[in-house]
Amino acid sequence: MAEITIQDIIKPENLVYKKTRLMTDKTLSYCPGCGHGTTHRLIMEVIEELGKEHDTIGVAPVGCSVLAYEFMNVDMQEAAHGRAPAVATGIKRLWPDKVVFTYQGDGDLAAIGTGETIHTCNRGENIVIIFINNGIYGMTGGQMAPTTLPGMRTSTSPYGRDVEMMGNPLKITELVAQLPGTYYVTRQAVHTPSAVRKAKRAIRKAFENQLNKKPGLSFVEVVSNCNSGWKMTPVDANNWMEENMFPYYNLGDIKVDGKLV
Amino acid sequence: MGELRLMKGNEALAEAAIRAGVDGYFGYPITPQSEVIEYLMAEKPYERTGMVVLQAESEVASINMLYGAGATGKKVMTSSSSPGISLMQEGISYIAGAEIPVVLVNVVRGGPGLGDIQPAQSDYFQTTKGGGHGDYRLIALAPSSVQEMSDFVPLAFELAFKYRNPAMIVSDGAIGQMMEKVELFDPIPRLTDEEIREKYRWATNGKLEDGTRRVITSLDLDPHRLEEHNLKLQAKYKEIEEKEVRYETILCDDAEYVIVAYGLSARISQKSIMLLREKGYKVGLLRPITIWPFPKKKISEMVDEGVKGFLSVEMSAGQMVEDVKLAVNGRVKVEHFGRFGGVIHSPEEVAAAFEQKIIGG
Repeated sequence: MAEITIQDIIKPENLVYKKTRLMTDKTLSYCPGCGHGTTHRLIMEVIEELGKEHDTIGVAPVGCSVLAYEFMNVDMQEAAHGRAPAVATGIKRLWPDKVVFTYQGDGDLAAIGTGETIHTCNRGENIVIIFINNGIYGMTGGQMAPTTLPGMRTSTSPYGRDVEMMGNPLKITELVAQLPGTYYVTRQAVHTPSAVRKAKRAIRKAFENQLNKKPGLSFVEVVSNCNSGWKMTPVDANNWMEENMFPYYNLGDIKVDGKLV
Repeated sequence: MGELRLMKGNEALAEAAIRAGVDGYFGYPITPQSEVIEYLMAEKPYERTGMVVLQAESEVASINMLYGAGATGKKVMTSSSSPGISLMQEGISYIAGAEIPVVLVNVVRGGPGLGDIQPAQSDYFQTTKGGGHGDYRLIALAPSSVQEMSDFVPLAFELAFKYRNPAMIVSDGAIGQMMEKVELFDPIPRLTDEEIREKYRWATNGKLEDGTRRVITSLDLDPHRLEEHNLKLQAKYKEIEEKEVRYETILCDDAEYVIVAYGLSARISQKSIMLLREKGYKVGLLRPITIWPFPKKKISEMVDEGVKGFLSVEMSAGQMVEDVKLAVNGRVKVEHFGRFGGVIHSPEEVAAAFEQKIIGG
């Protein structure tokens, strides 16, 4: 039997997967093991597969993904902290046939931008919101987020989140699912191959809803780790996420085709 | 001659927005300018021209809707009054930094804080000196009549798009609320989506045919590149200062003294200079139409030509007077007079203040 070389393997006819051209070649600014990069890729793959490269405008937040516009190879706008849904509303109202999405973290979407989140969902804007929830402020160095779990240590809750003082973690995804303006609300993860496949199906469904002008907003939460903020190895962070985050933030669809699951 | 109507300033501005071919208006109600969005909602501009009108959940949301929509190359505007404009400052800074051509309207009311709902000119500093964070400028037009509330809408858009810079119409509660005859201009058609994509290649409305993508941002973490960006902005502001100063002079040819006043204060001061001329003082009126760029060169020339003193008349505790002083640079006397907190000065009060502060002092 002839020996198989790397040259045989990389022949075009053997290609089974490649990086979407809608991700730039710029090196990601995310920590190794973080879910942002995977989620970026899934969104861009979906837009490429739907053939909407020339019709998409993305809105980046403030947070770890503040530079998302350097990696996502479509027209992009950088919003002020928390204001991405308002920015997206302005774009979509004037270009109703374009594909518009926001990409936001938990501090952006569920703390400083709560008002914009609720009202954009309530108006049923025909956009997609991708919400990365890692329970911490990663970019500013690991402070407490609205989604930080009870007892979880961060640099601004060094003895663990005290719910007596700070309230309980905000399940904003369940909250927006209650609004008639949301059409599809789901919570996913990207830490295993099977979770990635499910998350991609959810993201695709969200964008298809927008393209098909389904009545309402599609909202995809991705529960992610923050290994540097949580001060764990990537593997430990994923295990910790499964053991602690998922019991509080249950994965799966919350609202499908305008109906609560 | 265009169509004549008797209208409130706020209504004239709203009608002008539809006629100017504005694509979108985003706003939040606040006295004394709520007639703008009320008029637009009642007029159904989406049926007349296709213009989008949306009531936002806050001024913070409306300025960010404007930021998003403006970045796509569409003509968009918002309006508010002082406390609402304060809330918008973060967004205005982003819009200026990212060079988005939008039109903002401030129907100024008394402050600070919640203040009152009566006319004031106490947002001069906020408008002309920054307001939000960072080194930026707004092109600021100050109407002194209902007619100008209409006329300045297309002018503001023309300047905003010419320089890719936010422009603000700075009015006050009286100009917004009072009714006057207004001659409406003929409608200007909205650009089509294709025309916008062709004309504004910088705008984020989907990648260009050749695959070029556009990014609208005010962020650059490299300080040297951000300094370069700031230098570019400063060069633009310098060009605007050289080319876009607008003002009106009344009885200034033989004037020994000049009252400097904009907006409603200029209307009042027209009467004051007549009262003073009856008393034998050769007083003229300089009305800045652009409060930024400010007519500082004109004021300096007036000093060269022999003007012996200036009275800055404003419905504020003395804000524009600082720009008059900078232009005069200590060569002749400059004083301020104005009522504020929502109180409007009378022509007689202005005339008396002139005699006391400029002649008597």
